[in-house]
Amino acid sequence: MNLTLKIWRQNGSQDKGRMVDYQVSDISKDMSFLEMMDVLNEQIINKGEEPVAFDHDCREGICGMCSMHINGEAHGPDKGITTCQLHMRSFKDGDTITIEPFRAKAFPVIKDLVVDRSSFERIQQAGGYISVNTSGNTQDANAIPIDKHAADKAMDAATCIGCGACVASCKNASAMLFVGAKVSQYALLPQGQVEAVDRVKNMVAQMDLEGFGNCTNTGACEVECPKGISLENIARLNREYFKANVKG
Amino acid sequence: MSGFFNSSIGRKYAMALSAFFLMIFIVQHFAINILSVFNPDAFNEISHFMGTNPLVQFGLQPILLFGVIFHFVMGFILEIRNRNARSVKYVRNNGAANATWMSRNMIWSGGFILIFLVIHFIDFWFPEINTKFIQGDMSGLLPNGDYRYYEELTHKFVPIWRVALYCVGFVFLSLHLLHGFSSAFQSVGANNKYTRGLKGFGKAYAILIPLGFIFIALFHHFNH
Ligand code: HEM
Ligand code: SF4
Ligand code: FES
Repeated sequence: MNLTLKIWRQNGSQDKGRMVDYQVSDISKDMSFLEMMDVLNEQIINKGEEPVAFDHDCREGICGMCSMHINGEAHGPDKGITTCQLHMRSFKDGDTITIEPFRAKAFPVIKDLVVDRSSFERIQQAGGYISVNTSGNTQDANAIPIDKHAADKAMDAATCIGCGACVASCKNASAMLFVGAKVSQYALLPQGQVEAVDRVKNMVAQMDLEGFGNCTNTGACEVECPKGISLENIARLNREYFKANVKG
Repeated sequence: MSGFFNSSIGRKYAMALSAFFLMIFIVQHFAINILSVFNPDAFNEISHFMGTNPLVQFGLQPILLFGVIFHFVMGFILEIRNRNARSVKYVRNNGAANATWMSRNMIWSGGFILIFLVIHFIDFWFPEINTKFIQGDMSGLLPNGDYRYYEELTHKFVPIWRVALYCVGFVFLSLHLLHGFSSAFQSVGANNKYTRGLKGFGKAYAILIPLGFIFIALFHHFNH
């Protein structure tokens, strides 16, 4: 396959940035999207230029690092996957592919396609944990009986990998799906109840502070989420937040 | 609770509550208007009651005005905040790939509803207020002794341009509610086993209520 790539190049957070066109040839349909990017970078390096910076780590859909907005969609046109799981067979010979970083005020660009998602970390630090004494007298996990449906839903919420595709896809750059998942995974379990009130209040406060938008319930996040996190988690977040504010 | 309403989630609760109020109000408005098609006398009676009852005029009417103003002002505030949350736009963005046109353009459908409301107020509300509270005529009667409400209503729908404008206004209301109805429930945290059914009901509501208003305008245009 021969392709034209239009890629966002930005040399550091202070640079204005611009789209640059590249040609790549002899791309195999079996390559992953990131392998195609590797081929491009080799080509650029051979010319003595600066390669395109992009985030990646596991390359098997687990770490959530591979943030790319491809042809107008987070992680490209296929659903339920990350960029590293996207393959070139989803494109045609002669295609022009537009590649941009995830865009949000709370995800500033570090370089080229690499964005700073530490705003997610700070939201987690504000309450995405439970306090347990682990100094030798740990309780057996099965000592507390948990309803199977609740456990399933908590596990589903816990599959969020913090990739930020929800924010990137949302017209408001809202982080509600991420925060909804992170609040839900504890709200559904008895272990999460002790800190429930502070957790949701502090995490939402941090979310607002970071400059994420409001939720318009368009559902774009749910469609683009590689882990299929459901909008139910946003409704639960709304309920938890209301309950926490009533309780004081 | 003041912190609550200054949060992103609290603002959406407030938005949804004002929207619930407006959606209930519109059903009541429709129920009265449709009487003008089937029973002009009853339409006159109830219009007179609504127009002169102090509880309606000085209790419900201010609440309604507040509800409408709150809703669109908050709509604009949310829109500005949401735009600010993405300072650099995508060069290429395929919004249709993951969300409906209605959900992505609430500010446009809402904006056109607002334009419609201004015209609607000039057409009906200002003349009412003028007749009743400036000229002090609370009788609700024409010089010939008949009630004036039905007369005034049918008269308004004679010019085709106004009928067309009303139709367009209600198409935008329909688009607004096709997303808004179910969205408001999600905003207040209601997403459960009833949600599927509720979405279906919401679609029916969002199409039938505006269609009903359009029918009324067309009916009076072609019958008078
Ligand atoms: C007066 C002009 C209006 C404007 C400017 C307006 C604007 C908006 C905007 C911008 C939103 C989306 C808020 C968000 O981003 O989440 C919205 C939501 C909504 N609007 Fe309106 N609107 C107007 C009139 C109406 C009317 C007359 C009704 C009902 C009869 C209505 C019902 C709704 C509903 C149900 C929602 C969804 C609420 C939610 O998502 O929680 N709107 N409106
Ligand atoms: S909710 Fe989905 S899209 Fe958002 S960060 Fe988690 S895994 Fe990624
Ligand atoms: S590189 Fe880890 S999810 Fe894509």
